[in-house]
Amino acid sequence: MQFPTITSPHTSRPNSVQKAMLWVILALIPGTLAMIWFFGWGILINMVLAITTAIACEALVMKLRGREIKPVIMDLSAILTAMLFAVAVPPLLPWWLTVLGVAFAILLVKQAYGGLGYNVFNPAMAAYVLLLISYPVQMTSWLPPMMLNENPMGLLQTLNVIFGGALPGSLTWDAVTMATPLDTMRTGLSLNQTVSEISSNPILGQFGGKGWEVVAGLYLLGGGFMLYKKAISWHIPVSTLGGLAVMALLFNILDGDAYPLSSFHIFSGAAMLGAFFIATDPVSAPGTRKGQIYYGAGIGILVYIIRTWGGYPDAIAFSVLLMNMAAPTIEFFTRPRTFGHRGSGND
Amino acid sequence: MSKFYTEDNNQIRKLWTFSGGIHIPDNKAQSLTRPAGKAEMPQRLVIPLQQHIGAPNEPLVAVGDKVLKGQMIGQSQGFVSAPVHASTSGTVVDIGDHPVAHPSALPGPCIVIEPDKEDKWADLPPPMEYYATWDKRDIRNRIRESGIVGMGGASFPTSVKLSPPEGQQDIQSLIINGAECEPFITSDDVLMQNHAERIINGAAIMNYLLDAKECLIAIEDNKPEAIEVMKKAVAATEKLDNAHVVVIPTLYPSGSEKQLIYILTGKEVPQGGLPSQVGVVVQNVSTAAAVSDAVLEGKPLISRLVTLTGEGIKEPQNLEVLLGTQVEELVPQVGGYTNQASKLIMGGPMMGFSMRSDAIPVGKANNCVLVPSLDEIPNPENISACIRCLRCVDACPMGLVPQNMYWHVQSKALDKAKENNLFDCVECGCCSHVCPSRIPLVQFFRSAKAANLQLDRDQQKKERARERAEARNERLEKIAAEKKAKMEAKKAAMKKKKEAAAALKKEQEEQAAAKPAADTNEESTGSEGQDG
Ligand code: SF4
Ligand code: SF4
Repeated sequence: MQFPTITSPHTSRPNSVQKAMLWVILALIPGTLAMIWFFGWGILINMVLAITTAIACEALVMKLRGREIKPVIMDLSAILTAMLFAVAVPPLLPWWLTVLGVAFAILLVKQAYGGLGYNVFNPAMAAYVLLLISYPVQMTSWLPPMMLNENPMGLLQTLNVIFGGALPGSLTWDAVTMATPLDTMRTGLSLNQTVSEISSNPILGQFGGKGWEVVAGLYLLGGGFMLYKKAISWHIPVSTLGGLAVMALLFNILDGDAYPLSSFHIFSGAAMLGAFFIATDPVSAPGTRKGQIYYGAGIGILVYIIRTWGGYPDAIAFSVLLMNMAAPTIEFFTRPRTFGHRGSGND
Repeated sequence: MSKFYTEDNNQIRKLWTFSGGIHIPDNKAQSLTRPAGKAEMPQRLVIPLQQHIGAPNEPLVAVGDKVLKGQMIGQSQGFVSAPVHASTSGTVVDIGDHPVAHPSALPGPCIVIEPDKEDKWADLPPPMEYYATWDKRDIRNRIRESGIVGMGGASFPTSVKLSPPEGQQDIQSLIINGAECEPFITSDDVLMQNHAERIINGAAIMNYLLDAKECLIAIEDNKPEAIEVMKKAVAATEKLDNAHVVVIPTLYPSGSEKQLIYILTGKEVPQGGLPSQVGVVVQNVSTAAAVSDAVLEGKPLISRLVTLTGEGIKEPQNLEVLLGTQVEELVPQVGGYTNQASKLIMGGPMMGFSMRSDAIPVGKANNCVLVPSLDEIPNPENISACIRCLRCVDACPMGLVPQNMYWHVQSKALDKAKENNLFDCVECGCCSHVCPSRIPLVQFFRSAKAANLQLDRDQQKKERARERAEARNERLEKIAAEKKAKMEAKKAAMKKKKEAAAALKKEQEEQAAAKPAADTNEESTGSEGQDG
């Protein structure tokens, strides 16, 4: 009898790239729904817009390269990039900025480097930073969470704002937007208020900001799900949150009035999202487990430094990009010891 | 790499855990549902001449010769080699290249025997029942002459492994490998359950040869029956009082030599080194049984247990098979193929190789014929780009970074791949198994190693050619120099003659002039000395 020949190992293999991405996307959903709940339709509209743009860009590149479109879109990585971008940007971001950002992420940061697996930088974060530097006003105009929002907008009104730039009625941008909890903390501290004084501000909640902390909690839940599904390993999220928490703890011990608690930092801004969903992008992280721990810790520490002394209120994107740059070096110095090469250092 | 503990005769024994490895469904139950049987006498035996790693064998018989069971039919003078024997009596009908179970899928030289069905034994060497009264050299020689090689898949000549090189003869542990960590394969399990005594006897003989401090019989904890039987056998024997059955956790590739040594002793065999360097020798349980047969009964290695399994086989089972029996003759004896048969794999799913045709003989190291269904072993999926997820790094039992090696191999940077310790790869396949991008990593490493060896070989060839050329030049120069020397000698002789003649003439003249001749004579002697 004749048989086809294939190479070993001959096993039914677990977890494909697609499945791993699917778990990540599923894990992202609860937090995303909470974002929509607290911050309105804008998040959903951004998401649809971002995903559409991402797919269109991937299709375009594949077409230009003369390759099949479907498998590349089906690996879900572009969709994930789009989703991460959409939950990171303000809900009322003008449509063309979302399109610009996602197109930049997919076309330049990802595909120009050779596609999935070759990008040096995290595409969603690179796009975020590009927009933040170029359009700082639009990129920092956040809405208040639902319970503090005196002028909630419907779907149509939101569409109008995003696509037409027109606020409903007599509203002004100042009336619509509100500082984020991180902004509030920052501004308060710069006015020499104490942490506990600032905490009485209605925008601040139990740990972080109202609404924000729920979203962060759901991201944490999603992170746990991904760990359980082995879609990510613990190294990067634990070290990222650990780095941030330890820094916050040290300074909090030093001066509790001037430096908020670790829990505030972890549950504010994009820390949880960053630790579980953004920093864990394996492509732009170092290729060793030990290296990933240093990498994560580096991100956590940088986030703290930039939040506390830097020019921007949140710092996940900057920290991730900075550590992306350090990734190859970290990898080089943390190569595992090969079995049987005792005492011969890194090789 | 951490330590953990296991129970050993109510005592606690320390074990080590290597980093990496994978848990995979062991799929061993199907071939264990039926008791092991004995394969029928085949119509034809195709005995590969080369069933070991080392110097190639030369046939000792010719087409038309009658051979007897156990008669040596192929041999080599090399130290690292193992002869082959006729598995039954019959007539040699062909000597030539036939398809063999080799990953390269290239045919190899074989001796084809048509059995006469009489199964008549040749004269066997005398049993060495009281082996302790024999010279160790004789026992090693017996093992060598019996054609025994590592039967777990390595096919390295056993006698060589039992003769550690100078300076490495202080053996702490003799490890008898009954781990059988590859899924689907149960031949060692069945052997332990049914032939524990042969294994113990073989272990005792090897223990005597090596003078090991302890003999550890390692079995994965997914084989409770075998563990029970082996424990009883160890307790019952008087020949092997330093033996322990050590139960190790099921984790692929615990049965791989380097990993097993680490699990049991915490010692790492250095790269390119032998286990004896760290005071360890590892032998497979089947090999131990073969040693017992050879030493205690004089029987060479002519048969082995083979697992025939997978959903592509109707009645999966273990069979005792005469070496050289072709798979196509074995399959009908286990119910034939089912219509789910999708591939033919010699060996287990992790390290076995898939063959195009079932017209291939079972050799000394073939422990399994696996015919899986597509459910059990799907066809390879499309490869996508590496996403640097590090699953391969987590899984590699050798502490390598497969994704980087892959990167270098792919960009043809063999040197870089070597710097990343490509040659430490034991080709266990863990990395390929876990890769979500479905990159056949181990396949890349195998080819790269082969290409590199070829490169080295070419280099050696060039080196040798250069040496040869140099030697030739030297020779020519030497000849030329000799010629020149001869010429000069001749010239000198001529000159001498001339001078002598001249001297004679002078002498005559001088004599004629009646002057003292002593001065000229002296002069002549001087010039002779110079030329000579
Ligand atoms: S397992 Fe595959 S995709 Fe993941 S790092 Fe290794 S080679 Fe790359
Ligand atoms: S095949 Fe080689 S590289 Fe892959 S896991 Fe095994 S030893 Fe490591």
